[in-house]
Amino acid sequence: MAEIRSPLPGTFYRKPAPDQPAFKEDGDTVAVGDVIGLVEVMKTFTEVKSEIAGTITKFVADNEEPVTAGMVLAEVAS
Amino acid sequence: MAIETLFIANRGEIAVRIIRAARQLGIKTVQAYSVADAESLAVKIADEAALIGPPSAAKSYLSIDNIIEAAKAAGADAVHPGYGFLAENATFAARVAEAGLTFVGPSADVISKMGDKVAAREAAKAAGVPTVPGSEGRVASLEEGRKIADSIGYPVIIKAAAGGGGRGIRVANDGAEFERLFSQASGEAAAAFGDGGLYVEKVVHPARHVEVQILGDGTRAVHLFERECSLQRRRQKVWEEAPSAALPATVREALTASAVRLAEAVDYSGAGTLEYLYDETSGDFYFIEMNTRIQVEHPVTEMITGIDLVGEMLKIAGGGALPHRQDEIVRRGHAIEVRLNAEDPANNFMPFPGRIDALRLPGGPGVRWDSMLYPGYEVPPFYDSLLGKLIVWDETREAALDRLGAALSELTIGGLKTTLPLFTALLKAPEVRRGEAHITWLETWLDDNAKHL
Repeated sequence: MAEIRSPLPGTFYRKPAPDQPAFKEDGDTVAVGDVIGLVEVMKTFTEVKSEIAGTITKFVADNEEPVTAGMVLAEVAS
Repeated sequence: MAIETLFIANRGEIAVRIIRAARQLGIKTVQAYSVADAESLAVKIADEAALIGPPSAAKSYLSIDNIIEAAKAAGADAVHPGYGFLAENATFAARVAEAGLTFVGPSADVISKMGDKVAAREAAKAAGVPTVPGSEGRVASLEEGRKIADSIGYPVIIKAAAGGGGRGIRVANDGAEFERLFSQASGEAAAAFGDGGLYVEKVVHPARHVEVQILGDGTRAVHLFERECSLQRRRQKVWEEAPSAALPATVREALTASAVRLAEAVDYSGAGTLEYLYDETSGDFYFIEMNTRIQVEHPVTEMITGIDLVGEMLKIAGGGALPHRQDEIVRRGHAIEVRLNAEDPANNFMPFPGRIDALRLPGGPGVRWDSMLYPGYEVPPFYDSLLGKLIVWDETREAALDRLGAALSELTIGGLKTTLPLFTALLKAPEVRRGEAHITWLETWLDDNAKHL
């Protein structure tokens, strides 16, 4: 089981905008470089990109959840 | 009725500043805080603190329900909104008043009038305050647009009426280019916003950003001279001064008088700032917008006038009349403020939250430090990056620049990256030294110099 971790501390968002669908859902496939969410740190948004390919088994972090740098956001089966 | 217990609906350095002003007036303070701010300096130094929600600002510092409920539970009789968050939200001001509390600022009606660009422009024109020449509202056709552009003179800016974020904006340097760009801009605006309506406005370039601080009691208003904030990056001010190095005395007089006229015309109550663009070549100034709150850069005005602006806000909100006549407000010397942000200037100003593991502060005459930092403080990643403001004063601009250099050399903020190296480098730039920078100067300078910061 591989993991996608937050590169920064901040607030994790699973959607590009509140009224849009999530970047990825549990069970979706993910390729290297795919955006799986955003981390907002001090009003600046940074894309979280997957560095691994596989299937997202589960998002560990919820939408709008405060996260720390290195915290697991999603688990991936490769 | 004078305020007895003040609820502070903000955080960071401005919360600390408000607590200090309130304490000086014998007002009890209740500090609002989110879960992420439980260890903040404001919470530590206020008389009381009230939890208003989780770290997310939307559920804490922007939650009108949570704030009003907490303010009432704490027995507060007034709410200070600070800057940012709900400070210019007319609904918030109205809800505070409906709850039987005093909002420290102007009425909801004045906030909504001056917060609307078109309404504020109309109010300015009615008060005889110059605005940026342009179309009054939407331009009906290409022919009408061309006529307006020809009469105000090129270059002109073409803006989407429904726009935002820079989309649908074009600059035309002559009539032929105007005709070509107008059609393009209209198409782009229609595609992006479902509304092809356009405005036409004169381009003021090179422009200086000057702003006038005013205080009003609902009947009478006074000005506290101007500030200049031309050093900006992405429309964020990084360095502010008072007075402006660009204004001749006659322009200063006309500018400050226009601000008082507009403030009195809307029966302004509290502290406010009228922002202008100043064209050095022609000597013309143009009103752009009003901020109906205290501003980040207010300390430079306090340093040259000796007036506690936040204290005055609290007295006015408590029902007091303005204590000063205009001729009693005098300025002396020159003040400069720089904003220390938790950002890495060498890496595109990336935010850099973290723990303050060392803190050494400058001091001496004419040096002021407004901040919420203390050694060991963990700067949360959830809010803006302002860590503190270093403010210096001296008799002349030249001496104030030297004092700033000395103060910066004493300042150490350890544990994270800050904008300190930017200011050390800017002090060596001849354009800054001579006071010549206009509003787009810093971004151009950063293109060449940011990598060395």
